Amino acid sequence: MEFLSDIASLINSTLRISTPLVFAAMAGIFAERSGVIDFSLEGKMLMAAFVAAVGSYFLGNPWLGLLLAIIACVSLSMLHGFASVTYKGDQVVSCVAINILIIGLTTALAAAWFGQAGLTPTLNEDQRFLEVNLPFAESLRDVPILGTIYSDILSGHYIFVYLAYLTVPLVFWVVFKTSFGLRLRAVGENPSAVDTAGINVFAMRYKALAINGVLIAFAGAHLSTAVNANFFREMSAGRGYLALAAMIFGKWHPKTALVACLLFGFTDALQIRLQGVELPAIGEIPVQLIQALPYVLTVVLLAGFVGKAIAPNAIGQPYIKER
Amino acid sequence: MATVDKSKVPWWVSNLIVPLINLILALFVSGLFIFIAGENPFEAVRLIIYGSFGYIEGFAYTLYYTTNFIFTGLAFAVAFHCRLFNIGGEGQAYIGGLGVFLVAINFSFLPVPIVWLLAVMGAVVFGAAWAFIPAYLQATRGSHVVITTIMFNFIAASLMVFLLVDIIRDTTQMGPHTIALPEEQWFPSFEDFAALFGIKIRYSPLNISFLLAIAASVFVWFLVWKTRWGYEMRAVGHNTQAAIYAGISPYKNIIIAMCISGGLAGLLGVNEILGVHHKIVAGFPAGYGFTGIAVALMGRNHPIGIFPAAFLFGILYQGGSEVTFDMPNITRYMFVAVQGVIILFSGALENLFRPQIENFFVNRLNFKAKA
Repeated sequence: MEFLSDIASLINSTLRISTPLVFAAMAGIFAERSGVIDFSLEGKMLMAAFVAAVGSYFLGNPWLGLLLAIIACVSLSMLHGFASVTYKGDQVVSCVAINILIIGLTTALAAAWFGQAGLTPTLNEDQRFLEVNLPFAESLRDVPILGTIYSDILSGHYIFVYLAYLTVPLVFWVVFKTSFGLRLRAVGENPSAVDTAGINVFAMRYKALAINGVLIAFAGAHLSTAVNANFFREMSAGRGYLALAAMIFGKWHPKTALVACLLFGFTDALQIRLQGVELPAIGEIPVQLIQALPYVLTVVLLAGFVGKAIAPNAIGQPYIKER
Repeated sequence: MATVDKSKVPWWVSNLIVPLINLILALFVSGLFIFIAGENPFEAVRLIIYGSFGYIEGFAYTLYYTTNFIFTGLAFAVAFHCRLFNIGGEGQAYIGGLGVFLVAINFSFLPVPIVWLLAVMGAVVFGAAWAFIPAYLQATRGSHVVITTIMFNFIAASLMVFLLVDIIRDTTQMGPHTIALPEEQWFPSFEDFAALFGIKIRYSPLNISFLLAIAASVFVWFLVWKTRWGYEMRAVGHNTQAAIYAGISPYKNIIIAMCISGGLAGLLGVNEILGVHHKIVAGFPAGYGFTGIAVALMGRNHPIGIFPAAFLFGILYQGGSEVTFDMPNITRYMFVAVQGVIILFSGALENLFRPQIENFFVNRLNFKAKA
């Protein structure tokens, strides 16, 4: 039975840890499918974490914090669009600028306003999201296997966990089953053809970036107002890049990106479990090396043992109408 | 957007006036941030100028930071000419420092100048090796270097902390750092030079690595603009298809460009290990690798531009520490944000006012020519 509960807790933490990655990967799909590179997921996630925590602290309601985070992230997405869609600046440079700007600004403002070396004050129960217990979770716990799955794996997560996994089919539907999605993908593959058909390429890219901003805000809010009860310096810890790698590994497709996110989440959950554990034949692996596991996995996945990833055709190229 | 005939735009407009206006915009936005943080931006500017120029040690610190930024700025610029975004300077510098230390400690029986030479080579080789894997994956698998080099920064940090805690730690001390190198291997410092002329000044981290940075700038200029390989690399960066058609291998050039870039970033380890700490201290690259991106973009990826850009960031860093000392609401992260703003305005948004400015000057010159 202990083995079973070990597995259950591992799956449970995998679901929780993958959540911000799922939101970020879905956000990335919108931007990149429209032909705009988005390495700034990292910075936006950090911004959302900061704004959600600060907003919730001052307004006393985590939903208002989330709303502010959405506004902040959409603004950053618009900034990215302004630089790289309207002014045709280099998309990667714009992303690097946003990432560095946000790392500095969030920590500097947290220090200036709260004077705690880049920490925001701890949120109380009213100011943060709490775990959601599904109905009958307690009473069904003793049912063999099914009870464990329902009560220990599915129940007791933060609202964002459920939202993240609901987002995936929604994104699939929007991108692949609606006319908006068709236009979105066309803009990323062949913008001049779309332009000829009378669709505004720039407007489509801005719309995609706006959706991207909304989605990534959830990832940040999950970090600072649900899993943790405050913001701390660089708390996104490379998750934006991991999500991007997951998206590329998933070939810009929601379902496969989800699988990659879960794989990252599982690796991370496993590395936390493995810390300080004696492994047969190997012994105890030093904690610093275990912590590097998700990053190594990212590189390995990107190296693509499943074939070369093919990006949307027009990605990274600003659209110039006269050409 | 207005279009301008590029050939009619004088070089000083596109290379001096436009970057300068972008920089002023960036500094204006930065001033707003300082205001939001609850301090007076004008007072901050005064403190920055005093901190970086006001006294001899302050100025020495400014040049010490300049040294680091020249290395990381050149590193980013070389890769950028091949259209590669090497944002892994941080990790490459970290591993480069490991190379410096391992060479210096293991060859301490050799004469000191030879050890220095070998240590510099160690920095380059280790830094280049750390850039090689992302380069190889980019060249063969198309794995984007932005993600892989960032991952290699995280991996380098984990690896170095592991080494510093478990393998090469100075076990007589508490902190995660190595033992110190023998004193005769330490690079001569600025105050040593000053002492030769009978001038006594207090400690500063400035050392002869500054000259190495100048040498590296000349090397990069020669390599990128004056050699056949530099031409090939720029050709790949400018138009890969055309380069392939001309018989230039993008595969080879991507790997060489990244390795040279990593080697240059590794040189930061020379300044930090031989010049300043004399041992490996956990986290010594301290963000210099990222600042190199801003330096290179501001300096338009040319050594002649990178030098003043590195100096400007030296002023911001040294003056910035003066600000954080006097203004409780400002931390050094404020200057990380300033870097982001500078990258935004001199990199991504560089076209914001360029057509208008260029038009203005072209029209003026035309007007003069007619008159």
